[in-house]
Amino acid sequence: MRIITARRISQIFFTLLFFWFCMVSSLGRQWWQLRGWPVNFFLELSPLAGLGMALTTGTIYKGMAWGLVTLGVTFFLGRVFCGWVCPFGAIHHLLGYISRIKQAAPEKVRRNRYHPAQKVKYWILMVLLGTIVYDLARRLLGLPPGRMLSSLQIGLLDPMSLLYRSINLIVLPLVDGGGRWFSTAPRWYDAGFSIGLIFISALLLNFKVPRFFCRYVCPLGALLGILSRWPLFRIYKSDAACKTCPSCERHCEGACQPSDQLRLSECVVCLNCREDCREGSIRYGLKAPATGDIPAPDIHRREVILSMVSGVAGMAALGIEGRQGFNWPAHLVRPPGALNEPNFLARCIRCGQCMRICPTNVIQPAVLEAGWEAIWTPVLNFRVGTSGCQHTCIACGHVCPTAAIRPLTRDERMGNGFKEQGPIRIGTAFVDRGRCLPWAMDKPCIVCQENCPVSPKAIFTREVFNPVRMGRPLTVVSAEKDQMKLSGTVLTPGRYATGDFYCRISGQAPRQIVRQNEQTISVLAIYPFEPPPRAGDHVQILIRLQQPIVIPDRCIGCGICEHECPISGKRAIRVTAENESRNARHGFLLS
Amino acid sequence: MSPAVSNPDRRAFLARLAKAGLLATATGIAGFKLYDGTGPSPSSADQTALTLPEYAIDDPSKPQRRNRLAVVHGNDRKQTVNQGLKALGGIEAFVKKGERVLIKVNAAFASPPALSATTHPDLVTELVRLCLKAGAAEVRVADNPINDPATCFELTGIGPAARSAGARVMLPRTASFQPVSVSGGRLIKNWPVFVKPLTGVDKVIGVAPVKDHHRSGASLSMKNWYGLLGGRRNIFHQEIHNIIYELALMIRPSLVILDGTTTMMTNGPTGGSLADLKQTDTMILGTDPVAVDTYGAGLLEKPIETLPHIAKAEAAGLGTTDLDAIEPIISNLG
Repeated sequence: MRIITARRISQIFFTLLFFWFCMVSSLGRQWWQLRGWPVNFFLELSPLAGLGMALTTGTIYKGMAWGLVTLGVTFFLGRVFCGWVCPFGAIHHLLGYISRIKQAAPEKVRRNRYHPAQKVKYWILMVLLGTIVYDLARRLLGLPPGRMLSSLQIGLLDPMSLLYRSINLIVLPLVDGGGRWFSTAPRWYDAGFSIGLIFISALLLNFKVPRFFCRYVCPLGALLGILSRWPLFRIYKSDAACKTCPSCERHCEGACQPSDQLRLSECVVCLNCREDCREGSIRYGLKAPATGDIPAPDIHRREVILSMVSGVAGMAALGIEGRQGFNWPAHLVRPPGALNEPNFLARCIRCGQCMRICPTNVIQPAVLEAGWEAIWTPVLNFRVGTSGCQHTCIACGHVCPTAAIRPLTRDERMGNGFKEQGPIRIGTAFVDRGRCLPWAMDKPCIVCQENCPVSPKAIFTREVFNPVRMGRPLTVVSAEKDQMKLSGTVLTPGRYATGDFYCRISGQAPRQIVRQNEQTISVLAIYPFEPPPRAGDHVQILIRLQQPIVIPDRCIGCGICEHECPISGKRAIRVTAENESRNARHGFLLS
Repeated sequence: MSPAVSNPDRRAFLARLAKAGLLATATGIAGFKLYDGTGPSPSSADQTALTLPEYAIDDPSKPQRRNRLAVVHGNDRKQTVNQGLKALGGIEAFVKKGERVLIKVNAAFASPPALSATTHPDLVTELVRLCLKAGAAEVRVADNPINDPATCFELTGIGPAARSAGARVMLPRTASFQPVSVSGGRLIKNWPVFVKPLTGVDKVIGVAPVKDHHRSGASLSMKNWYGLLGGRRNIFHQEIHNIIYELALMIRPSLVILDGTTTMMTNGPTGGSLADLKQTDTMILGTDPVAVDTYGAGLLEKPIETLPHIAKAEAAGLGTTDLDAIEPIISNLG
């Protein structure tokens, strides 16, 4: 078997495996649905995410240790991950291949020539690392947090996070349409446009330059490029007298100039050059190259420093916005088990796995709700999806590859046996009395109270009887104990016989209206007027309302009330992050 | 003169003239066809709304006395429902060979069977088994829950129970809804209803638990049809008793079963705690939903006068609250 056939098989295998993991990340009883499949495997293979988290948290969480394997392979064999494993790389590879099918050899060679702008990916890597280094240095020196914001921005461009996010939140929902295979209801994702724009651009740019993303953008490629400086095995030219014909560059994936001095940091070990060399002088092995090579990326110390400083400066500017302090965004409701905001942002790689697995589709990628530093991080939008956050569900924390959302047990989530802490609260519901039907408009409702899933309910209702506006006052003409004939406004028959209307004559409690005609009213026979109304008495028609009131120490912020509220635009009951368990400073209750 | 500036020859000129003429004609025709001199009307015309067919086997407005209501006391749902059915003439009185049956459960909430907020899976299993035994060609189990549908059917145990007994579970999907109107109704007009499971069905059986309900007072067999509504159905809570009454008008079931083995006395309709429940050991079956709900209200210790939807349904001839008049068949197990 030719070596590049082996490479193709490897690429196809890992790409299919990746798509398989995306598809099986759905809840259900089918054998293929989320039965311990290692669905985060490719995220964990990215040492970039692992390195970022190691720098921000000082730890390597569970499966993220797979990144060490990738690093190990890179030390020995170069960027094999990029050329043989990475599913995003494989997709670019395929599209690049398609784009040049009909091209003449010189044109192919031209498009695979090394370009100085390939150093941009190292700048990107340094900016991303720069967002971390200040905080790292601060912690190493034992200084107080200060005003800088610290967060892990790696996930914005880490190819694995980008790919998971794009496939899970854009591609699968579109392919799946109305929820045929991977979900029971159509899935909706806020920020879909920004995620899709980047993904589609990355794909289409292959028609301009093959592996555009890998060559110019990919920070993981940059990291592995820096680290493949001393590989045990490598591409080398065995013949110093090579005529430097450019045949070997016709299909060069990394644009690493194998015909000249090889740029080791750019080589993705696709081995196409070895295949294409007619003289057989390009080999992969232990030997030193006959013509020398360029082991390090084309990036100078000054560029490294400038990039990192811009990362630091960005974090400083974000810190000024004060979002992790007094200016915290109240509508930023994170999934249950999310760490407090600084620790959350130190881990979240925006892979979208929590959004994919959420059975109700309530977890959404943030646009700017959480600030510039938290684009595409998970935020709950109770208007989207099939229901609020199910108060017995713990799926998001268990799929999260970085524990930005901590894996909870169901007992911890619901507070069973956690008397001290109580259930996990993600926020508190607030009734908007200016929009709520019983509060603002004298219309019965209490859908929110009814749907409150905690027991005892976190919403109680206060019964009030409000007078109904009448053109002319109603006066009794004649009456029995449970029936009266009236004069005054002519009533619409049945209008006040819905069960929610009462009538009152002075000195007596309201009586429920059971039948009503243009000028007659009957009240509940088992609770008649005592004594009966007299002719000339004034009658007031009242509407009985139950006005919802939230009990903040019972509310867990699940948002089912907000989801169900019949005021469908801006809901009349809304959850904000007040009193969330993850940040004691967001509380407002006295114990 | 160079050829570059020469006039076209006649043939080329005519060809170009013909192309330009064709394009101009096509543009003109397209413009004429598409021209709209009035602009859009304020709202699009209503889709033609369906009315649901009759599934009832008795006419409750007729003064038929017997076999309208059976009550069995006992705590084993399988036994009580069997005994109740026997009292009403057996399942064969309701399901004929080759018929398609819909069992409309209450799967509204993602809560376990022990909390009694939803139809008990044991009851579903037994009913599906009985229908199939009676020769039903297909048994469907459906609801449009409040919480996430798939989660609800799994956590309540209804989904697995129905499937293993051989029924087809139908979850609501966008295409499952069609506008329905109720004749004589004011609220259900062109309203999206979960019609898919009803399509092609011969018999409909409603199966609901007895529950307290903060807004309507009680959630019984007639309230159970709320789970057929789609759209932003919560707006109907403004007139809860009227909507329940209209739901009873909308669908006339073949049989309703009200499970009062445990009754949710407080915190309804969600419950959420065993403290909300009371063991009442009663299974109520009947062809008269008004009578069934009247009996159910008793388990909740609520006078039916406080549940205006029952009176409204009775006034519309959907059944009777006068239980003595229809001679309920009451029996005890064991």
